[in-house]
Amino acid sequence: MTAAIELIGITKRFPGVIANDNVNLTVRRGEIHAICGENGAGKSTLMKMLYGMQQPDDGRMLVDGKEVELGSPSEAIDLGIGMVHQHFMLADQLTVLENVILGSEPTKAGGMIDFTAARSHFDEVGEAYGLTIDPDDLVETLEVGERQRVEIIKVLFRGAQILILDEPTAVLVPQEVEELFRNMRDLKENGATILFIDHKLQEVLEIADSITVLRHGKTIATVDPKDVTAGDLAELMVGSELPTPDTTDSTVTDEVALFVDGVTVLDDDERPIVDDVSMSIRRGEILGIAGVEGNGQHELVSAIIGTVDPSAGTVSLNGDDIAHWSVRERRQAGVAYVPQDRHAEGLLLNAPLWENAALGHQTEAPYSKGIWVDRAGSRAKTEAIRESYDVRTPNVDVSAHALSGGNQQKLILGREITSDPKLLIASHPTRGIDVGAQAAVWDHMRRARADGLATLLISADLDELIGLSDTIVVMFRGKLVATLNPNDVTPRDLGAYMTGAVQDHDATAGADTAVVPS
Amino acid sequence: MNASFLRRTLLGAGAPVAAVVFAVALSSLALLVSGSSPFAAYGDMIENASRLETFVDILNEATPLYISGIAAAIGFRMNLFNIGVEGQYLLAAFFAAAAGGYFSGLPPVLHVGLILIVAMFVGAAWSGLAGALKVTRGINEVISTIMLNFIAVGGIIAWLIREWADDTGATNSGTTPIDASGQMPSLNGVVEIFTREISKGRQLTSVLLIAIAVGIAYHLFINRTRIGFDFRASGYNPLAARAGGVPPKRMVMYAMLISGACAGLVGMAEVLSERYKYDQSFIQGLGFNGIAVALLGRNNPAGIAIGALLFGFLNQSSGILQITKSATPEIVEIMKGIIVLSAVIAYEAVRRIKERDEAQSAAEATQQIEPSVHEEVVA
Repeated sequence: MTAAIELIGITKRFPGVIANDNVNLTVRRGEIHAICGENGAGKSTLMKMLYGMQQPDDGRMLVDGKEVELGSPSEAIDLGIGMVHQHFMLADQLTVLENVILGSEPTKAGGMIDFTAARSHFDEVGEAYGLTIDPDDLVETLEVGERQRVEIIKVLFRGAQILILDEPTAVLVPQEVEELFRNMRDLKENGATILFIDHKLQEVLEIADSITVLRHGKTIATVDPKDVTAGDLAELMVGSELPTPDTTDSTVTDEVALFVDGVTVLDDDERPIVDDVSMSIRRGEILGIAGVEGNGQHELVSAIIGTVDPSAGTVSLNGDDIAHWSVRERRQAGVAYVPQDRHAEGLLLNAPLWENAALGHQTEAPYSKGIWVDRAGSRAKTEAIRESYDVRTPNVDVSAHALSGGNQQKLILGREITSDPKLLIASHPTRGIDVGAQAAVWDHMRRARADGLATLLISADLDELIGLSDTIVVMFRGKLVATLNPNDVTPRDLGAYMTGAVQDHDATAGADTAVVPS
Repeated sequence: MNASFLRRTLLGAGAPVAAVVFAVALSSLALLVSGSSPFAAYGDMIENASRLETFVDILNEATPLYISGIAAAIGFRMNLFNIGVEGQYLLAAFFAAAAGGYFSGLPPVLHVGLILIVAMFVGAAWSGLAGALKVTRGINEVISTIMLNFIAVGGIIAWLIREWADDTGATNSGTTPIDASGQMPSLNGVVEIFTREISKGRQLTSVLLIAIAVGIAYHLFINRTRIGFDFRASGYNPLAARAGGVPPKRMVMYAMLISGACAGLVGMAEVLSERYKYDQSFIQGLGFNGIAVALLGRNNPAGIAIGALLFGFLNQSSGILQITKSATPEIVEIMKGIIVLSAVIAYEAVRRIKERDEAQSAAEATQQIEPSVHEEVVA
């Protein structure tokens, strides 16, 4: 039987890096094939080439036994290859059906959209692959998992037989992942071939028929999930044991560093997006917030850092109510911030590293002296951060965009922790960085915790949350719905709280032990 | 290290050189198409520029253009497009000239100082209006400054110049001429120490010194002060700047006020050392040319100086071409456009090469240390 996809010696170079180096991959028809690897291993590049978004510099590509050259996604679609991106590309204000037909609308005479034909084709696709969703629902009303299903239907609607899913589970809670896997098995049974990217090893072992591991752009091995354990896979991926985020002994003290009381943030429609949230973080404590993205975590963080004005409540840092201070006053008072999107809120990509190190601390020594920028002091400090946080860069004068994600993150973490903060807000601190950098970030956070730093950790990586946090609270629809002990909670339990399936009564984090600062 | 330093230096010099070569080639083509000899035309232009009097003319033209370029650049550094330099400098010059003409018998320093302060204040106020509209109402500064240009020139000045005219019967009515105490001296004496006498009544404006001071102040402010860092941070990435404690609205206000104050100085060469009043034939268009000069100079104080001098040179060339008839004088306007375009393209090309170089060296830095790290993890 000819393979659905065969890649022979595919090589893709970018300036300074070889993203794919002589990659060989065979995907049999009707199988679920997982591509595993660290961030930066070249998975996404490989998938983009298969979908015609990028072209290989070298090598051959065979689809159903025929050699092809894909110049654009539309050529890939013509060959029956469809891709579901990690970030959904849906129009919120349109219905499911309208989104699905967008760009390939069946038309009647006179150029009108033939909704009858569209609907019947939509139903056919849904039936053929066992995917159910109401075509008339507005996309903005859908949950994340349902949106993903719309994306999959969109691809099938265009006649795809081979589906590429780019980290489909990254945005889902465990329950939604199960639903996705059921859908994937149905798709397979009905003849589809699925190629998916993932780096959560348990999931890969559960769903895949075969697994190909990429490391540094090379194909390391293709294995049968029956023959390997998660540990084996991890070793293939990183060439060593996978680091874990576990913290050791508790370093939690009695001193409350951050005390948040009844904070409410309203959105543009005057609806509470953070709803009466109270919590406290003590020195030496890491408080983790679990929650599906968009449940108010970012707004809560913004209210603490000062970029959003809470409509009610107090935020106290070491006893001072800082709820209405300016961002700069808070930063100077010792609020350190690792933003969830380092490109959006963390870095000046076109500025040199030493200026990036100064950002947020530009009013303090050694970055400035009086009204002047202290260029020598800034450079020296940045060199020190580069040294102790292992930021891999030729010098501190290169622009921030030249660095890899992991090195950018180490720079941000370095500048925040070395600024002698009283509170560290770390929003998804290891998102999108490779395993090596991830371990380093965890190390630095643990060390800061041991030195008595109070940390607020927001993460979508439940293992990270459980491993690092001293206390976990769950945020759901703007409220804290549960306070949990990370020692006796599993990712599955967390998932149940995060989707609102279970609610806890004691919803004020640390309220029993918190000492209200006068 | 040395090789990369060499490469960087070459790249830095490469952009302007490439832009000039490209611009000269295209301009030659334009000259050929219009039926003129490029060699004859360039020869006339260069010969003209090498005369001392033309050199003084070029400096006189470049002075207000330079200040105007700096005013535009202050906004550009914050991603603010202050199109309103035009209206700001005209309104400022008008009120400053009116104030200067109103007082007499003041000590010279005070009189000149008063005129400068009125000009900066009016420029800042007019520009600040656009800033306030943006901060409080979210109105795009491009739109509001264009509107404010019309109001300033076609509205306020057109109305008040008749009300305040010194001699309403005159065909070219304007504000009361400023007394000698409110006039800046010419720099001819200083130049003549080094050269022969400047003839034909050419006077080198001492506002040139103000322009140089503005350039130095701009450099120190943007590159060396903390608030200048806040400015640039907001320009690079407003969200990150905000998270880093930079108040975004206040920064917009500051930028518009400083840009406007600087714009207020644009008309000073005319007011203080040329015309000594604001009248119907007061020089217009410096604000828009300043935008082109700022683009040409990449918002860099030295670059803007080169741009301003180049524009001054081209403007002077238009006169000589008219006399020698080696080419139509309008060719100069085409050349200005070509130069700005070539500069923008060349700098963008060099920026991309630099970016790729940096990414490559950063990637190499990562790979060099890689092995030891793996050992660490294994151990």
